Amino acid sequence: MTDTNLLLRRRSFFATAGRTTLSAGAVLLLAGCGRRQAAMAADPSADVNILNSALGAEQEAIAAYQVGAESGLLSKPALDLAVQFQGHHKEHAAVLAKTVGDLGGQPVEPLARYDFPTDQMKSEAGVLRFAAGLEKGAVSAYLGAVPLFAERALTKAAASILGDEAMHWAVLRQALGEDPVPVAFVS
Amino acid sequence: MTALTSVLLPALLAAAAAAASPPSSLGGDAARGAAIYERCQACHSLERNRTGPRHCGLFGRPAGAVVGFRGYSAALRNSGIVWGAASLDRFLADPLGTVPGTRMGYAGVKDPQERTDLIAFLAAASACKD
Repeated sequence: MTDTNLLLRRRSFFATAGRTTLSAGAVLLLAGCGRRQAAMAADPSADVNILNSALGAEQEAIAAYQVGAESGLLSKPALDLAVQFQGHHKEHAAVLAKTVGDLGGQPVEPLARYDFPTDQMKSEAGVLRFAAGLEKGAVSAYLGAVPLFAERALTKAAASILGDEAMHWAVLRQALGEDPVPVAFVS
Repeated sequence: MTALTSVLLPALLAAAAAAASPPSSLGGDAARGAAIYERCQACHSLERNRTGPRHCGLFGRPAGAVVGFRGYSAALRNSGIVWGAASLDRFLADPLGTVPGTRMGYAGVKDPQERTDLIAFLAAASACKD
């Protein structure tokens, strides 16, 4: 079965999966990341460092999905998926940048140029596999950040984003014909 | 140079070189380490600078010294670390505790065997293609 056929068979699955997103506003409410709460953080500079690491990774993910979307390699359902997930990463980035600012930090800027392994992205499956790798890495990165925040509300917000990244990873694995949830625990 | 120094200095230099070089046998499983390395790929890759610096050529390289990577913290650049099995083991266990102020906002790889496997993978993949 070609990758395209596989994706078409799963179009309805994608459509359903796409209805479970969180808005940036919801995450902000969840985190309580307003200026007053942010000022209460025990060690804002450490939190700013962690948030800026996450922001940099989100910015790269946005750029990666843009490369995928413009590659001409994606069928309509896969393209829709890429654009939707890119939108989520834009929402994450906006929340992270605002929170860094609220904590008195300077949000990192996107790089002028990203060096993606385009030699591995020569088919729809290649693009999706690269995206799945980024999403899996993002799950691990947020998992590694969650215990570190001095401000407890940020822990909750990071866990919320982690959940979204895990959904991306699962859906991309499904699109690739792989077990979408291969393990009971992520690491 | 005293006799003591002449004996100790070569031994210390040899020990330092050994600590920074990819060990021939780390006791780790590089294949398992490759799977663990997938956790790092939100920010890192072997061959490309990303949100974090690339990892090829890691062994024997001073921290904060990848050419073309601009995202280092002053804390890491000034840490005095030279990457080798021992320094990687310490850093990976607790990045922020080992180098306070590092931009690697990650709790660490807490399992010693996982660190050993990851370091074995990094050692095996140490050579850069360019």
